[in-house]
Amino acid sequence: MGNVIDIRGLHKSFGTTHALDGLDLEVAAGEVHGFLGPNGAGKSTTLRVLLGLLRADSGDVRLFDADPWRDAAALHRRLAYVPGDVTLWPNLSGGEVIDLLGRLRGGLDEKRRADLIERFELDPTKKGRSYSKGNRQKVALVAALSSDVELLLLDEPTSGLDPLMEAVFTACIDEFKNAGGTVLLSSHILAEVERLCDRVSIIRNGRNVESGTLADLRHLTRTSIRAELARTPSGLDSLHGVHDLVAEDHRVTFEVDTDRLDEAMHALGEFGIRSLTSQPPTLEELFLRHYGDEVAAQ
Amino acid sequence: MTGPVTGLGTLLRSFVRRDRWMVLWFTLGVTVLYWSQAVSVDGLYTTQAEFDRAAASMEGNAAFIAMTGPARALNTTGGQVTWQSTAFGAILVALMTMFLVGRHTRAEEESGRDELIRSGVVGRQAPMTAALVLSAGATALVGAGVTGSLVAYGLPTAGAVSLGLGLWLCGLAFAGIALLAAQLTSSTRAMYGITGATIGIAYGLRAIGDVGSGALSWLSPIGWYQSMHAYSGERWWPALLLVVAAATASGAAYAVFTRRDVGSGIWPARPGPDRAPVGLRSTFGLAWRLQRGSLIGWAVGLFVGGIAYGSIGDDVKSLLGDSDFANDIFGAGGPDLVDSFYGTAALMLALIATGFTISSALRPRGEENDGRVESVLATALPRSRWLESHLVITLAGTVGVVVLSGLGLGFGFALATGDTSKIGPYTWATTSLLPAVLLLAGLALLLYGALPRAASLAWLGLLFCVTVMMFGEVLQFPDWVKDVSPFEHLALVPAFSVDWASAALVLAIAAALGAAGQLAFLRRDVH
Repeated sequence: MGNVIDIRGLHKSFGTTHALDGLDLEVAAGEVHGFLGPNGAGKSTTLRVLLGLLRADSGDVRLFDADPWRDAAALHRRLAYVPGDVTLWPNLSGGEVIDLLGRLRGGLDEKRRADLIERFELDPTKKGRSYSKGNRQKVALVAALSSDVELLLLDEPTSGLDPLMEAVFTACIDEFKNAGGTVLLSSHILAEVERLCDRVSIIRNGRNVESGTLADLRHLTRTSIRAELARTPSGLDSLHGVHDLVAEDHRVTFEVDTDRLDEAMHALGEFGIRSLTSQPPTLEELFLRHYGDEVAAQ
Repeated sequence: MTGPVTGLGTLLRSFVRRDRWMVLWFTLGVTVLYWSQAVSVDGLYTTQAEFDRAAASMEGNAAFIAMTGPARALNTTGGQVTWQSTAFGAILVALMTMFLVGRHTRAEEESGRDELIRSGVVGRQAPMTAALVLSAGATALVGAGVTGSLVAYGLPTAGAVSLGLGLWLCGLAFAGIALLAAQLTSSTRAMYGITGATIGIAYGLRAIGDVGSGALSWLSPIGWYQSMHAYSGERWWPALLLVVAAATASGAAYAVFTRRDVGSGIWPARPGPDRAPVGLRSTFGLAWRLQRGSLIGWAVGLFVGGIAYGSIGDDVKSLLGDSDFANDIFGAGGPDLVDSFYGTAALMLALIATGFTISSALRPRGEENDGRVESVLATALPRSRWLESHLVITLAGTVGVVVLSGLGLGFGFALATGDTSKIGPYTWATTSLLPAVLLLAGLALLLYGALPRAASLAWLGLLFCVTVMMFGEVLQFPDWVKDVSPFEHLALVPAFSVDWASAALVLAIAAALGAAGQLAFLRRDVH
C-alpha cells in the first residue's frame, strides 16, 4: 500500500510570512505519524492545506492519491479532523454538534458514539458556551472517532485533557490503528508522540528537519549514564562519543552517542561497576537539539 | 485595608476604557433623538394653526399614543419632543445599561475572566459595584446631553431638566433590573433575555395604560418617567418612584449575589438535547438554527414597524402641514400625498430590512472568524453548499421580512382607517423594492468572498443608501451620486407603478455581484 499523505516541496505564504517553506511529509497507510514542532512551525497550516481549506502556493500535495484542494469534499468522507482550538456554537449542545458533524461526514457509528461519550465522560446535553476547553476538545474527539474513516488528522488533540482522559485518548488511537487506520498527530507533547507514533517528522520554520522511525532517530541521540564505580576512573574523557563527563570520586555521569555505547560500557567495566543507571534518549533531547538554540536564545 | 469594594477605582477605569465608544455613541444617539424632534417639529409646521390641527389629529390617534406616550401639550415643541422621544429614549437607555451591566458582570463570569480578576486584590462586591457606578455615570451623561441640547436649542429649562433627569433615573432603574437578572441565570444570553423582556413589558404596560384608563402606566418605569409631564406642567415626585425602583432592584441584586457562588446563577442552566433533532442534521439545518433567532426578531420588528407607520392612517395631510420641507421629503410631484407618503414609508422599511439582509449575508464571515467553519468544512460538505445554505436563509429571510413590513404597513393603515383595500398595494410597495435590498446582499457576499477582512464595509453601502434617501434632496446631491444607490432606480410604489426594466437590471446586478462573491469564496483560503 502506498502513502496516504504525500507532500513534496510545499510552500505557503500569508502576506510576507512564509508559513511553509518547502515542506516534505510522507505518511504511510496504517501508521501513526507524529508531526512535531513548536508553535508557529507550520503544523496547523499543513493540516489545513491537507483539508483543502488553504490553497498551496506551490509544491505537490497528495491525499489518498488525490488533490486535497480540488477533491476536498469527496476526500473528507474518508477522514476526520480535530482542530487544535475547538470552538463550538454557543447555543448548540455537545450531542447536537457530534450528530451534526457526523451527519455531514456521511454518518456515524451509533454504538461507538455512545461508547465514546461514556469513556470520555462527556455530558452531551451541555450547551457549547458552558463547556470547558477540555470538554470542547472531547466533543470534537467523539465526533471524529465515532465516524467510520480511514484517516485521522489531529491537531494537538489532547490539549486541555486531564491525564485520565489522555489515557482514554491513547487507547482510542491504539484501537483505531489496530483496525487499520492511519493517523497524523500534530503535537508538541513528546511523551504522547513517543507512546503512540511509529514514525515522526520534526518541522521547523515550515520545513522538516528530521523524519523517520523513533528507533532511527534515537541513533542520532545520546544516552545518559550515571554510574558508581569501585575505583576512581581515568581516561574516560578520551573515549570517542563521550560528552559532558563529570567525575567525582567514584561517581561519574556522562552522555554518550548511542552508537558508541558498547565501547563506553567496556571502559567503565574496567573500574568495577557498583551501580548503573542509563537513561534512554528521549524525543525531548532530539527536539532540543533542533530547537535548543532557540531555547538558549530565550 | 481591603473591604467589599477594594479595587473599585481600578476596575472602573478599565471599564470606562473598554466602553467609552459605546457610551459615547449611545449618548450622541439619544441626544440627537430628542434634539432632532425639536428641529423637525419646528421645520414641519409653519403656522400655529397648522400645528394645532396636526396636534388634534395626533391626540385622537390611539395607535400613535400606544406607540409613544400620553398626549399632552402636543401643539407645543416641548410637548412634541416629550411625546415623541421619551418612550424610545427610555428604551435606548435601558438597553445601554443592560449591555453595560451584562458585559461586566455575567459575561465576565461566563467567560471565566471574572475569576482572573477576583484572584487579585479585589473586593467581593467590587465588580458589580463598578458596573453599577459605570451605568450611573453613563446614563447621567445621556441625561445631561438631552438637557443640554434642548436648553441650547432654546426650549424652557424646567422641561429640559425633567426630560434629562427622568431619563437618567430611568436608566438607573433598568441598571438595577439588569444587575438583578445577572444574578439569576448563569448565561449572558438568558440575562439579556430577562432584561429585554422586562423592558418590553414596561413599554407594553404603559402603552395599554396610556390608551386606556392610565392605571397600568403606573406599573412601568417608562410610565413614571412620562408622568413627570415635561413641558406640560412639570411634576417631580414620580422621579422618587424611579429612585426607589433603582434602589430596590440593586439592593435585591446585592442580596442575591451574597447568597450564590461566583459563576453560577440562582436558576440552573438548562441542558440541551443529547441528540440533534432531524432538522439540524444538514448544513441548511445548521444555518437555519444559527440565523432563526435573528430572523424572527427582525421579522417581528419590521412587521410592528410597518404597523406603526401604517397606523398614521390617512391623516398624512394634516400631520405634514404645508411646509416646503414636508413637500421636499414627501410627495415631490407625486400624484397623491397619501400614496407618496406610504411609498416613502415603504422605502424606509426596506432600508431597515436591509439591515437584516446584510447581517445575515455576513453571518458566514462571523462563523469563519470564530473558527467554526474549519470543523464543518473538514466534513464531506462542499464549500459551495455551506455558503449556499446561508445564502438561502439570507434570500428567503429578506423576502420574508420585506413582505412582512409591507403587510404591517397595510394592516396598520386598516386598523387606523378601517380601509383594508390598501393591504395589497402597501405589501407590494415594500416588495417591489426587493431588487435593491438584494443588491446590497450581493455586495456583502462579494466583499466576503473577495475581501473577507473588509466585509463589514457592506454596512457603508447601506449607510450610503440611507443618506441619499434622507438627505439627497435636501442637500442637493448631484444626480450621479444619487444614482449609485440602487433604491434610486426603483419606482416608489404605490405612488408610481413598477418600472420593470430597472427592477430587472438591479436584480441582474445583484445576481452578478453574488455570483462573483461565491466564485471568489470558492477560490480563496478559508481560515
